[in-house]
Amino acid sequence: METVVDLSTDTEKVSPETFKKEILKQYPAKVARKRSKQIIINSVGEDKCTPEILANVRTVPGIISQRGCCYAGCKGVVLGPTRDIVNITHGPIGCGFYSWLTRRNQTDPDQSKDKHNFMTYCFSTDMQEEEIIFGGEKKLRLAIQEAYDLFKPKAIAIFSTCPVGLIGDDVHAVAREMKEKLGINVFGFSCEGYKGVSQSAGHHIANNGIFTHVIGKDDTIGEGDYRINLLGEYNIGGDAFEIERIFELCGITLVSTFSGNSSIDQFANAHTADVNLIMCHRSINYVAEMMEKKFGIPWIKVNFIGAESTAKSLRKIAQYYGEDALIDRVEKVIADELGAVEAVKNEVYARTQGKTAMLFVGGSRAHHYQDIFHEIGMKTLSAGYEFGHRDDYEGRKVLPSIKVDADSRNITELEVEQDEKRFRPRKSPEEMDALTKNGVLFSEYEGMMPEMENETLVIDDISHYETERLLELYKPDIFCAGIKEKYVVQKSGVPLKQLHSYDYGGPYAGFTGAINFYKEIDRMVNSKVWSYIKAPWEKNPVLSGGYAWE
Amino acid sequence: MLLRHTSEEIATRSALTINPAKTCQPIGAMYAALGIHSCLPHSHGSQGCYSYHRSTLTRHYKEPVMAATSSFTEGSSVFGGQANLVQAITNIFTIYNPDVIAVHTTCLSETIGDDIPQIVSKARDSGAVPEGKYVIHTNTPSYVGSHVTGFANMTKAMVDYFSGKNGKKDKTVNIIPGYVEPSDMQEIKRLTSMMGIKTILFPDTSNVLNGPQTGRYKMFPKGGVTVDALKMTGSSMGTIALGLLTSGPAARALDSKCKVPCEILNMPIGLTGTDIFIDTLRQVAGVTVPDAINVERGQMIDIITDMHQYFYGKKVALAGDPDQLVSLVEFLVSLDMQPVHIVTGTPGKQFEKKIKELTEHLPCNVNVFAGSDMFMLHQLIKNEPVDLIIGNTYCKYIARDEDIPLLRFGFPILDRVGHSYFPTVGYRGGIRLLEKMLDLLLDRKDRDSSEIEFELVM
Repeated sequence: METVVDLSTDTEKVSPETFKKEILKQYPAKVARKRSKQIIINSVGEDKCTPEILANVRTVPGIISQRGCCYAGCKGVVLGPTRDIVNITHGPIGCGFYSWLTRRNQTDPDQSKDKHNFMTYCFSTDMQEEEIIFGGEKKLRLAIQEAYDLFKPKAIAIFSTCPVGLIGDDVHAVAREMKEKLGINVFGFSCEGYKGVSQSAGHHIANNGIFTHVIGKDDTIGEGDYRINLLGEYNIGGDAFEIERIFELCGITLVSTFSGNSSIDQFANAHTADVNLIMCHRSINYVAEMMEKKFGIPWIKVNFIGAESTAKSLRKIAQYYGEDALIDRVEKVIADELGAVEAVKNEVYARTQGKTAMLFVGGSRAHHYQDIFHEIGMKTLSAGYEFGHRDDYEGRKVLPSIKVDADSRNITELEVEQDEKRFRPRKSPEEMDALTKNGVLFSEYEGMMPEMENETLVIDDISHYETERLLELYKPDIFCAGIKEKYVVQKSGVPLKQLHSYDYGGPYAGFTGAINFYKEIDRMVNSKVWSYIKAPWEKNPVLSGGYAWE
Repeated sequence: MLLRHTSEEIATRSALTINPAKTCQPIGAMYAALGIHSCLPHSHGSQGCYSYHRSTLTRHYKEPVMAATSSFTEGSSVFGGQANLVQAITNIFTIYNPDVIAVHTTCLSETIGDDIPQIVSKARDSGAVPEGKYVIHTNTPSYVGSHVTGFANMTKAMVDYFSGKNGKKDKTVNIIPGYVEPSDMQEIKRLTSMMGIKTILFPDTSNVLNGPQTGRYKMFPKGGVTVDALKMTGSSMGTIALGLLTSGPAARALDSKCKVPCEILNMPIGLTGTDIFIDTLRQVAGVTVPDAINVERGQMIDIITDMHQYFYGKKVALAGDPDQLVSLVEFLVSLDMQPVHIVTGTPGKQFEKKIKELTEHLPCNVNVFAGSDMFMLHQLIKNEPVDLIIGNTYCKYIARDEDIPLLRFGFPILDRVGHSYFPTVGYRGGIRLLEKMLDLLLDRKDRDSSEIEFELVM
């Protein structure tokens, strides 16, 4: 093992190339080869072309990554925020326990007629050795019955953990049987933790499940002139509530949100909307794609993180409808809201301007939050996703060239066809063309890298070692990641903002959210506490002669 | 209401667990392994396990929690995780260079049947384990026992792998503290050092999971029992194991492996528990109890006599882990309080028997359930309300719905700090528990008193 050069004394001169070389030389050859394709020095060329990054590939064992598993992506992320489904984890107790209320998805059950809310509960079959040996279907069946008897929910979902797949329990057969017996919707997810390479596989499986078992079951056309779905917004810290508030001001009707503050009834009715708006492209683009094919609903990528991004997204929606009444109303809302935003922004700007940030999180937030940092004059030095794919980095234009490996092939791609009864093109091809020409891009996400500066470091599935070295060599003013990284980074004297849980704050979406975030970042990068780390006697350890009292 | 679907009527359930009062073995093993100096816990399973465990431990301690994983994929789940573990060991020693890798299994690798010692020896043969470095392991199938079992298993692995005899007996006492906070481990060391007893405490997470802010991150902090110390445990004159479930297996293993006799005691939480601990220490080490400890004990009793009127007859509901609950119940009974509902998720009939013994003279009915859950606890409370709930953070949903004060105790505490800095063991820990309980009860009295009955002096 070579000794690592200490470059920390002259951080100004650490080029991304040097950083990359430094990192790779610590790794065994095989690891270094792989990581070299996942650590990319950004350069944006013509047509927003960027270098190719290796993403959505296996994490090397022993490397200490941020990633979780397929179950976490399915049960935790996508289905976790659905309040009126009894979500039963089929497996030993741990998985259900760890995904119990830990993601901060807020919900308002009083918005539903039945006021059901099972999100505060954890349901598990708590598999024991006996079931591992003799099979767990019997216990699962009974657990579903007991859940039904106790709670009378309108839907029950089953989530498979690792051993379920290995012992061959057929959760889908049990679900069908119990659906028949109980007369409510019961459906299963084969989201065993070992599937795929990260949470991402779980998102896909969740999307497939909701699409198959729920979407399109209720054809009632609700009221509203502008009826939209918001996809990939999970209402962490109340983000979805803020977006709902803005939509309401604009006169836009939200048919469903996948899946923050959601009800299964809204999913069932989602296919009646005019357009799908995508927040987190990574976790939910499958549903959008499938809904377009089956029902003819086009989708647009939006971003409600940052006031400018929010305004831009609202204008896109207005442009989509192309009606003056909506356009004017949206402009009025933006103008009304921006006043307060600008006031706070101007107040913090002097203290945040020129500071630096690094973002390693999720599959969309590492991108979205660069916008809001930019609004307060902060520069992103480095960023990367925990479980993004190449299209999240380089844009969907690279989709045709993405090689599907064995891990991704194991996740079923649903064969979707037009629904003869329900398919309805929302716009004519001519209208779509005209909108595209005017900048409303359909089925398009341009990715994170084209929006990042040249010479910034883009790192996929960052490891603990790389995190430590980034901190040491670049000393950013703030680092954004998750709970596992939080105190590693802070012990290094750098504040860490959690962008999964928001450090129990928020909302950060929309206009109110932007204000909250500006203030929070101002607090964090200017906190006095960091200046107290060294005690007076450490700052000036030399005795200058004699004792003070002599 | 947060738990709006929980009804008063208790129906028998045989398959569905609702709101568990336990979690799985591996997280306990991970926590125990962090109590070895320069040790990286390793989870042999898919990534989700270590990610969940690290997240939960981090939320509880607000400290870095480092661990690695074998990152199983579908392929390794079919063909076995040997290649993954060998690769992980190579990478960990090359990149992170700990002294010890402590491997625990998961439901995935247990169901497949991976043979960890065989894989580790394969790794060793291939040169992946550098000279002077160690890979230890324990089996922690998630579908057996609970996080408590995992902690006990990893603690026992420390004995299995390291304890040896050096031919003579040292005047050292081994102390196995059980699944307690770093602050508790620190407090036990303070007490034994006040008594002038040389000890080896294992595992020891103090200074690992309650470390200072120095501006310099260290992947392997100063704390933790060293491998050298663990090796010496076989030469100690005896072992005091605190907690039957969490410390018993390691103590007994040390006895049978190295003929080190052991005393298995309840955790020193509360007056009686601490008295027995101190008295046992005194006798096995042949020392006298210093006056400073007598003063601490006296202060604790003083508070009890001063404030007894507020504790007397108060009904308490508890959820947590068996070893802690036994000592807590004993403590509450000693205060003339009434622990009426006691629930643990960890299975074991012995626990129920023990609690029944401790509470048999109480003038009230006592419900005790092992292998149960918090849904049951909530239903019990709905049937018979209590004055105080003692349990982890999840109890706050019950506490708010039922408008009952909550004393946060146990694992995990996700929404408060302090538990990793201030002990609940020993007399000082007892004083802290008394203060916390009293604050809760009197704050409630202040809130609920009419303006006429509102008291200045209490």
